[in-house]
Amino acid sequence: MSALLSVEDIHTFIGQFHILEGVSIEVPANSITALLGRNGAGKTTSLRSIIGLNPPSRGAIRFQGKVISGQRAFEIAQLGIGYVPDYRAIFRQLTVEENLRIAERKKGDLDRKKAFILALFPDLGRLYAWPGGQLSGGQQQMLAIARALVPDNQLLLIDEPSEGLAPVIIEQLMAAIRQLSGQTTVLLVEQNFRVARVLADRYVIVEDGRSVHSGLMADLAGDQALINRYLGAA
Amino acid sequence: MTTTTPPALRSTTLRQSLIVSGLFVVGLLVINFVFFPPSTVVTVVLSGLYQGMLFFLVASGMSIVFGLLDVLNLAQGAFFMIGAYAGFAIYGTLPESVSLEVRFVAALVGATVFGGLVGLAVEVGLLRPLYARPVFQIVLTFGLASAINEIVRAIYGPAGLIPIDPPAFLDTTLAIAGGRFETYRVFIIAVGLILMVGISLLLQRTRLGIVIRAGVQDREMVEALGINVRRVFTLVFMLGTAVAALGGMTAAPFLGAYPGMGTDFLLTAVIVIVIGGMSSYEGTAIASILVGLTRATAEQISLQYLNTPILASVSILIFMIVVLLVRPSGLFGKE
Repeated sequence: MSALLSVEDIHTFIGQFHILEGVSIEVPANSITALLGRNGAGKTTSLRSIIGLNPPSRGAIRFQGKVISGQRAFEIAQLGIGYVPDYRAIFRQLTVEENLRIAERKKGDLDRKKAFILALFPDLGRLYAWPGGQLSGGQQQMLAIARALVPDNQLLLIDEPSEGLAPVIIEQLMAAIRQLSGQTTVLLVEQNFRVARVLADRYVIVEDGRSVHSGLMADLAGDQALINRYLGAA
Repeated sequence: MTTTTPPALRSTTLRQSLIVSGLFVVGLLVINFVFFPPSTVVTVVLSGLYQGMLFFLVASGMSIVFGLLDVLNLAQGAFFMIGAYAGFAIYGTLPESVSLEVRFVAALVGATVFGGLVGLAVEVGLLRPLYARPVFQIVLTFGLASAINEIVRAIYGPAGLIPIDPPAFLDTTLAIAGGRFETYRVFIIAVGLILMVGISLLLQRTRLGIVIRAGVQDREMVEALGINVRRVFTLVFMLGTAVAALGGMTAAPFLGAYPGMGTDFLLTAVIVIVIGGMSSYEGTAIASILVGLTRATAEQISLQYLNTPILASVSILIFMIVVLLVRPSGLFGKE
């Protein structure tokens, strides 16, 4: 099986801190892979290393078979990777439309995708002319995911989409992400194991900057000992 | 698709800032009418607007660059001066047989292009290696300003050049409210207004504008969306220096060109940016006009009662201090 994305034993420093000390992740095409682990384990840094915001100093990252580590973030993104950070990074002064428009890589991207995006997140249609800063947390999360859907991305990196959101909003987001998995590949960081278990096909557990376990989500869900050991009470 | 109307795009703080600015202008006008006859008031207002526009041409590039790169470009005044000298050079190079109008337009366009090209060289060659160190960049731009001053002094001498002749149709006077005014002041005001509106349209209506406004908030995310932020920086820096150079050339028929002319404008531009709220474009535009009017009013009062323009520079410092005491983030700054 050749993976769409393979992260091979990367080490990443932020300043002088050795944050990742050997993370390996295989993400097969058209699947959802969940990156699990406790707070501070290195999940967010793993995503940032992949997109090139915190480039790894050792190891390699391959996307569609080609090494992408070492390229700049904008070049990596242009290969077809969408990034949805945990803080959502909605541009507050820009309208919802402009927040989507800025993600275009080819002219007309948004016009092609608009109907699909608004069908996925009907709220955004209603709020199309609103400034991003006026949106609620859930609406901003939807916009952040929608923004990653504007260009033709083969891979989405989604960091903590459920964080701080009401259960009913989480349900909506889960439905949307589930619907996406048919046509794109997702690497998801998720603190909420219940969410991750429903969404993901595969999992990778990160602890203290190392990937320590991976496999099929169906197997993990039945292994309470493993869950307790790495994820705490879930 | 049903859409709901967005809440007032202009936030309440922005509206408050606009009201405060409006009241300030009204206050200045009242002071003017108390002290001076109407013909003098018109002179003061025109003088204030023309100075304000020149401040804007220097400050606009600085404030956008600051918002995007966190670099206060202290060489921006030097670019203003470069524009004036480039204008002189073009005037001097073109043969006498070329009409004054053509030479004037050539000087305006040439100075703008030259300012942009020098800006490009500075950004790529000097600033880019220092992106991780904003403080170093500020020191660098300060040193660059001194260097440019000395280069100009070495080439053209310390004395400065007498103002170049504007085309005949701008070299006239206008009669308004019983007073006479140089038409050229009105031209400077027009150039400033056109750029004010033009830059605003660029920021609001174009893709580059969207990227700039987004980049001011979160350049990392802009980069992660697949946009080459460094190239945007270069372009914005270049546009800023080009506008400053255009300002210098626009002022040349009025002020001439002399070493150090940039420093005068730089200091006022910094005051304008601080009053406006550092990286707010609206703030910079409006503060330019407020500072220009304040300065012109104080200048006139000072000339009339003290026989010296000394209060002009003092007044804008006091203005800045008051604004900072009341609103430390500036008139249009984020809290």
